[in-house]
Amino acid sequence: MKEKTSKLAILTKGIIRENPVLVLLLGTCPTLATTSSAFNGMGMGIAATAVLICSNIVISILAKVIPDKVRIPCYIVVIAGFVTLVQFIVQAFAEPLYNSLGVFLPLIVVNCIILGRAEMFANKNGVIDSALDGIGMGLGFTLALTVMGAVREIIGNGTIFSSFFLGDPDAFTVTIPFVSEHPMMIIALAPGGFFVFACAIAAVNALLARKGKTPREFSCRGCALASMCQQEKCIAELDSAEIKKGVEA
Amino acid sequence: MAGYLSIIIGMILVNNYVLAQFLGICPFLGVSKKLDSAVGMGIAVIFVMVLATAATWPIMQILNAWEIGYLQTIVFILIIAALVQFVEMVLKKFIPALHKSLGVYLPLITTNCAVLGVCISNIDAGYNYPQSLVNSFGAGVGFLLAMVIFSGMRSKLEGNEAIPKPFQGVPITLVTAAMLSLGFMGFGGLVG
Repeated sequence: MKEKTSKLAILTKGIIRENPVLVLLLGTCPTLATTSSAFNGMGMGIAATAVLICSNIVISILAKVIPDKVRIPCYIVVIAGFVTLVQFIVQAFAEPLYNSLGVFLPLIVVNCIILGRAEMFANKNGVIDSALDGIGMGLGFTLALTVMGAVREIIGNGTIFSSFFLGDPDAFTVTIPFVSEHPMMIIALAPGGFFVFACAIAAVNALLARKGKTPREFSCRGCALASMCQQEKCIAELDSAEIKKGVEA
Repeated sequence: MAGYLSIIIGMILVNNYVLAQFLGICPFLGVSKKLDSAVGMGIAVIFVMVLATAATWPIMQILNAWEIGYLQTIVFILIIAALVQFVEMVLKKFIPALHKSLGVYLPLITTNCAVLGVCISNIDAGYNYPQSLVNSFGAGVGFLLAMVIFSGMRSKLEGNEAIPKPFQGVPITLVTAAMLSLGFMGFGGLVG
């Protein structure tokens, strides 16, 4: 019974409690860049989720084989392999998405969430746990991106999921009556990305404060490279995080 | 010559990597608290960007000649990772003074999406070799400029009690970045 609840906890913790974007503050670049519309955000989220699940599974299998000293390059190769596969699949079946995500599709390789989960979870846990962790974290990422994309699309353009049916933008468009006549373009552009993200984190902070938890700062604990980083700040933070690690994992 | 100048100005002001294209946000927010670390990170990024482009552009021609261009992502990230390690070792051995000031930022740059991003963008844009190098240099200088301005803005926010509680910390930093990005939008249309 205890086993079952812990598996469920692994799956669900990534969705809200440890949401990779809004709580752990990882993967900010794709979050800001691809959420100009709900559809782009969701596409990016699903692509990254696919890579995350596959890489978590493979790395948890290979964890014992890979020598400790070269583990980060090995993880990067595994992740890059899956990213190339995903690039092919998206290009074949969803070309408009491939074009609108552009350079951010290959950049999934350097997404901190994927390398971070490999380093902090997959290499110390079993295959099933790692797969569940990948699914949970991926869902959390997709959820955050879709919501942010939807907010930016509604305010900035007055539509929602405007290119949901690929290649035919006229096929299915929900237009919001008042907003579409007075769109605030700036929200869909670069400054709006920063601003909407700030509001989303502030909302999460307010929720955390109500539960009596302290909001997260940018720290080295979520960073995949913390173990090889030589900044004094990182070394100090890692030492204090080491104690909490048993609770977190 | 005018072509190169417009590439540089375009990359620094109009299509600034951090503020307009959202590449390299993690170091932009994480390392910009103090001016000296912002400058160190910026210079290290310029250095690695130009070196990485110098290495990846010729390799891409080989990949294309062998018709295995789809291996771009894997090959590029491996080259960048190896290059960063190599640069770190060389600096440590031959220029210890420089290693002391820039070395701490080098391991972080491997997974900086701006470096891989600029290498891929150069190929996608169809630039030739000198144009690619100039483009990478411009992207790096744009990153340095954004870091320096932003570290100045952040120092004013430090310890400000007037900020509403939920917005303290990360959110107000992002709102500040939004303002800076808004300012840089004014340069739009500068280079045609």
